[in-house]
Formats: sequence, structure tokens, C-alpha cells
Amino acid sequence: MQTDLIQEARRQAEICNACRYCEGYCSVFPSLHRQRAFSDGDITQLANLCHNCRGCYYACQYTAPHEFDLNVPKALAEVRQESWKQFAWPQGAAQLFDRSGVAIAVGLVVAFAALLTFTRSFASGGGDGFYAYMSHSLMVAIFAPAFLLPLAALAISMRNYWQAVGGGALKISDLWAACKSAGRMKNLEGGHGDGCNFEDEDRFSKARKHFHQATLYGFLLCFASTSSGTVLHYGFGLEAPYGLFSLPKLLGIPGGLLLCAGTAGLARLKLKADRSLGATNAWGGEMAFVLLLFAVSASGLILYAATGTGLVGVLLPFHLATVLTFFLLTPYSKMAHGFYRMAALTKDAATKRSR
Amino acid sequence: MTAEPDIVVIGGGNAALCAAMTAAEAGARVRILEAAPKPYRGGNSRHTRNFRCMHAGPLGPLIESYSEEEYLADLIKVTGGKTDEALARLAIRSSEECLPWMEERGVRFQPSLSGTLSLARTNAFFLGGGKSLVSAYYRTAERLGVEVEYEASVTHLEFDEDRVAQVEYSKDGTHHHVAPKAVVVASGGFQADLEWLTRAWGPAAQNFLIRGTPYNRGVVLADLLKQGIEQVGDPTQCHAVAIDGRAPKYDGGIVTRLDCVPFSIVVNKNAERFYDEGEDVWPKRYAIWGRLIADQPDQVGYVIIDAKSIDLFMPSVFPPIKADSLEELAEKMDLPAENLRATVDTFNAACGDTSNFHPTELDGVSTSGLTPPKTNWARPISEPPFYGYSLRPGVTFTYLGLKVDETAQCSIGNRPVANLWAAGETMAGSILGQGYLAGFGMTIGTVFGRIAGREAAAHAN
Repeated sequence: MQTDLIQEARRQAEICNACRYCEGYCSVFPSLHRQRAFSDGDITQLANLCHNCRGCYYACQYTAPHEFDLNVPKALAEVRQESWKQFAWPQGAAQLFDRSGVAIAVGLVVAFAALLTFTRSFASGGGDGFYAYMSHSLMVAIFAPAFLLPLAALAISMRNYWQAVGGGALKISDLWAACKSAGRMKNLEGGHGDGCNFEDEDRFSKARKHFHQATLYGFLLCFASTSSGTVLHYGFGLEAPYGLFSLPKLLGIPGGLLLCAGTAGLARLKLKADRSLGATNAWGGEMAFVLLLFAVSASGLILYAATGTGLVGVLLPFHLATVLTFFLLTPYSKMAHGFYRMAALTKDAATKRSR
Repeated sequence: MTAEPDIVVIGGGNAALCAAMTAAEAGARVRILEAAPKPYRGGNSRHTRNFRCMHAGPLGPLIESYSEEEYLADLIKVTGGKTDEALARLAIRSSEECLPWMEERGVRFQPSLSGTLSLARTNAFFLGGGKSLVSAYYRTAERLGVEVEYEASVTHLEFDEDRVAQVEYSKDGTHHHVAPKAVVVASGGFQADLEWLTRAWGPAAQNFLIRGTPYNRGVVLADLLKQGIEQVGDPTQCHAVAIDGRAPKYDGGIVTRLDCVPFSIVVNKNAERFYDEGEDVWPKRYAIWGRLIADQPDQVGYVIIDAKSIDLFMPSVFPPIKADSLEELAEKMDLPAENLRATVDTFNAACGDTSNFHPTELDGVSTSGLTPPKTNWARPISEPPFYGYSLRPGVTFTYLGLKVDETAQCSIGNRPVANLWAAGETMAGSILGQGYLAGFGMTIGTVFGRIAGREAAAHAN
């Protein structure tokens, strides 16, 4: 971990601790005010608790040009980004965080080329629908490890994080509290319910919360759609393609639409927001990630619309390439924030409970 | 700039904004002339944190009730009776309707901050503090069509008999003048003008720190007083509290406060004690200590505590100076080590039974046979590591201001100025003769800002 980033965040936290005006905005400040001194682990936990809503920045009387030069959202964003690299497994992959934009682009191209080749070379001809282009067993052979291995890598990262922030025995009630907070995006409400200060300086707006909700729930619905397909396939011997009123479609279509709308909205807000209130170096990678998620959902919907046409031969490998890239880079891209955020919220719930 | 405004509001803090919004809502064209650049807009309001509010029952974040009589009694206590009761009652009585008015214009409140539970009943805390209040008001004012000019320093008000004929100001190095129908002055006190402060208080003022904005230099106040506008308040006095000696010269704000004095001994630069550190709880003593420090050589004090007390007070913005021995601490703080040792030894020897020590109550744990005594929280300074802070007087505001009546109108000789009103710190001396009551400055600013805006608009329309 870069100690100067931690040190800068600590300097700012100590000033905040003597002020406390921002106590009502989010979970960061009550957590900060519970302590008198901040270990590296404390700062890392605060950084991962921060949702970058920026309420504290615009309320702060000590931002530049004041000599205290506070920029808490930025200081915490930089520590946060650095902490993900520190906890990444394998360590060799940690550098991907700094280049996740490039990694996403390269991943997409390579995966697309490979999958296109596969579909051209190994088209089964025998299967129905998509499986005419790529056999079910080939899909499973590629996607099962591409899904499970990154999850295993993330599990190791989560363990590293938990140790670094001094997390104790995991309690289901704390995890549930974290789920409720994330499910409501409580920390993007600004404490008063007016939202955060993201896209238009000090104006409060719920846009970011709503687009993030759409993204989160859209993603979960898509994930549920895929899972239901797997269950239908293995559990009931019902193979794709599924009809409009099947579970995978009933979950997947609204999910895809929500994910599209959410990611498009987040990308637009990100263009309007002041980049100097986040981790400046991570901006490109974060944007690439949002666009990748958009590509996943949009290509999925278009693919469905194109069913039965010759376009499927190109659209299918493209859609699968976006999904594959997304899976493989999950532990080393912005997607990791979801896992760290859950861990931080769980730890925060545990700390509150133990007092 | 668009057409000539009906009303010019001088200043850009809470009182100015309340006046501007009220006048704009009444249909007047309003222009705000704010001396500060945009990032520093809002005067001392950007450093405030709450609003003292009368209420008959639970109201917004406020619990229980706080009656007019109790509020007034609290005020009389801190001002030692130097209060204009009619104006004070007006401010107090109006405060209750102000709270929802503030919320309607974008101010958001939060429960009393950690460490300030004693104010949960009387003071409504702004979510995010005063700067967020100021930002919300600027948004609302601009939506109402109020024009805002930053870095616009008013230099002179030209009078024609008993009315303001013209307001002159400089901006971007050029001179401007405007002839509105009415003017509201809400540009604060003069505490940021150290020369004026030195003339008023004496040379010691050179060493004072200014807790708030460097833009409250009293230019308009001086201009008006020179032209015979009625004044109020002791011209030599300012409200000063004891703050961290390492604070910035200006604009250090809330974080520079230190509340460790009750658990300490405080010495001057000769390492001698000079006052009872345990006289009362800190919220009732910090203002007295501003004055006490101002009377010491070089206007500096040194707080000495030991390991027993380091966690008993709110964290400080700068870490304390830390040493394993008193001698080392003396060296680090530039104090005569032998004197400090002698002072601490004498103090420690005068301490008695400390078993009743209670950090948040007057515990009666006192010294015996010591001058000056320490009458509460007197525990020996004995357990290393030892910690030290320097203390300086930090000026919050000045008392000299414009005298106004219950319509916030200024006067000249014995007659009102037909089109001049004042609100906020610049007229607070009309109500507050000495001392200060937490959150009352924002009450005065809001109540009289609204009155000034209403009256000015009525005159202009």
C-alpha cells in the first residue's frame, strides 16, 4: 500500500474528526468519529465505506483554496483503489487495476476473435438456437471456469481485506445489515434523502442513486436469469432457447433493460461529474467498466431480438465475449467495488453492534 | 449586468441571503455584492454549525421544548444583562417560524453532533454545517432571479439627505456604481482588519488569530459610521476564545478549538499558571480564556496534560506535542524547563484526593493552598507521556455595529435612513452587548435578514 496515500487520508480524517459537521451524510463520518487515531486498516475501511457521494466535499469549509486543502472523496477514492491492488490475488494481476480500461478493450477483442473462431470452426450444426453456433458443452467448458476462478480469487481478496481491517467472526446479522444498506443505497441518499452531489456541484440529486439501483438490480436479474437457465437445463432437462414466458426470459429481459438504462445513465453522470473528486487515474478504467456492462446488456438484448437471423453468428460471439471479459476481470476492475463495499458495510455493522 | 436592481444587498452570508431571498420572493430585483471570491462566499456563516431556535414542542431535529422566557434568560446570562430586550424577544419569537422557512429554502438539519449533546434541545444543526446552508441559499436565490456578483467590494455609500443615493464598488479592478431604491447592509464586523482591531484593542491584537473569513474588514461599517449612521456596541471589544495556537491566521474555524483546558494546567511563556483551569465546564469558559490569554505576555498560553487525560476531550486538529518527560516537553514548547518543573511540582503537591474525578461534571476535585487554585478536575500531572498545546486568542466577531430598530432600519441623527436596512453580524451589537450564546448569531442573521428583505422590498415596490 502506498503509505503517502494513507498518510494523506489520515491527515484529512484528523481534521474531519475535529469538525464533525458532516456526521449526518453517510456511514463514513460516524465511523470516523468513533476513533481518535487511525491505523492503516482503519483508513482502508473508511475508504471502502465511502460511496463517493461528495456531499462532504461541497459542504466543507476547508477545501482548496483553504490551506487545509481537504478533498475527502478523492483521498478515500485513492486509498480505495490502492487497497484493491494490495489485496488482489494473484498479486501479479493487481496492476490490471491501473489499466483496467486497456484490459477491458484487449479482453474484448481477444475474446471476440477467439469465440468467433470457435463458432466458425466448431459449429455443431446439430443444436438448436445458439447451440447451433456453439455447443452447450463448449460453452460450459469456457464459462464455468471463467466464472468460478475469478470468484475464488475474490474470496482470497476478501479474506485479505477482512484481516487488514481487523474484522472478527462473521455474523449473519451484520451481513444482512450490509445487504439492506446496499439494497437501498442508503449511503447515496445524503442523510436527508435528497441524494448526492455528483453531476452538478452542490446540487443534491437522486440520479446517481437511481441509475446505480437500476444497474445493481438489472445485474442481479440477469444473473438470476442465467442461473434459472442452468437450473432448467440440468434440473429439468429443459434446454435453450426459452420462450418469452419462461423464467430466464422473464428475468433476463427486464434485467437487461434495467442494466442498459442504469449503465448508460451512470456513464452520462460520470462525464458531467468533477473528475478531481475521485481517483483521477482510475477514471478511464471505471468508465470502461460501465461501458462494458452496458455492452453486456445491450448485446444480450439485441441478440435476443435477432434470434433466427444470420446476425446471430456475429452477435452471439460478441455477447459472449463481453460476458467473458466481464467475468475474467471482475476481481481486477471496478466490479470488485461491490465485494469490497459489502465487506466494508458488514464490518461497519459489526462495529456499530459491538458498541 | 442586467437592468438596475431595485435592491442591493451588501454581503454574501446568511443574513444577506435571507434578505435577498425574501425581497426576491416579494417581487423585487435583487443584486448581491459579495466581497469574497465564490469559493469563500458566505462570510462567517460558512463556519457556523447551528441555529438556536425557540420551540413549543418537538420541531425538526429539536427535542422537547425551549420557551421564549428560557431562551431570553440564557441570553441575559451570557450578556450580563447587556441586551436590548425588545429586539432580543423579537429574534427569539421569530426563530420558531424560521426553521421551516429555512427547510423550504433548502437547508437540511441533522441530529445534534457527537460531542454536543448539551445542545440537542436548543440548537438545530445544519447537515454539513454552515457552508452547506450557504450553498443551498445561493441555489434558491439564483432560482429566484437574484443576481450575485463575487469579488465585488463595496467602497462607499453616497447619501443624499436621509437616503442612500448610490452604492459604489470595485470589481475586477474597475469602479462601478449602482443606484438602487433600497440597500441592505449585511457585511459583518471588522475583525479581519487587524489594524482596526489593534487601534481598538491595543497592540496585543497583532497576535490574535481570526477564526473566520478574512473578508470581514468592516469597510462598509466604517464608511457608514463616518457619515453619521447611528452606531451601537462597544467599539473596543471583540469576542475571542482560546484556540490552538498553531491555527491559521484566518479562517481556521471550528476545528481549531481545544477543549482540554479543564484537564490541564495552563501556563504562560514563563511557565507560570495564571488562572483556575477548572472553574467551570469548558463550554462556559472558552470565551473567558480568550481574554485571559490575550492578557498574558505575547498573548500565548501553554496547556500541559498527561497520559491520564489525553482521551477525555474532542480530538484536536493538530496532534499535541508529546514528550516522555516534562523537561523534554518544555524544550519542545520553548518553555523554561526549570520553571515548568517547579510549577508542575507545586501544582501536584497541592492536589488531594482524586477518587471523585468525573470528566463531565463539576467534580469538586480541587487543589488546596494553591494560588490560583484549580477548583475542579485537579489531578496531578504525573503520568508520561506528557502532552502540550499552545493557545492563542481567536477572534470570532466584533461588537461595534449599526444600530437598528425592530424593522432592521438604520438611522442617522434621530431619524431613520429612508432606504437603508442592516442584518446579521453588522447589527448584532443592537442585541448582544457582550458575551455570546451558541447559535444566536444565525438566529439574528436569519430573523433580521428576513425583516430587512421584507422592508426593503416594501419600500422598493
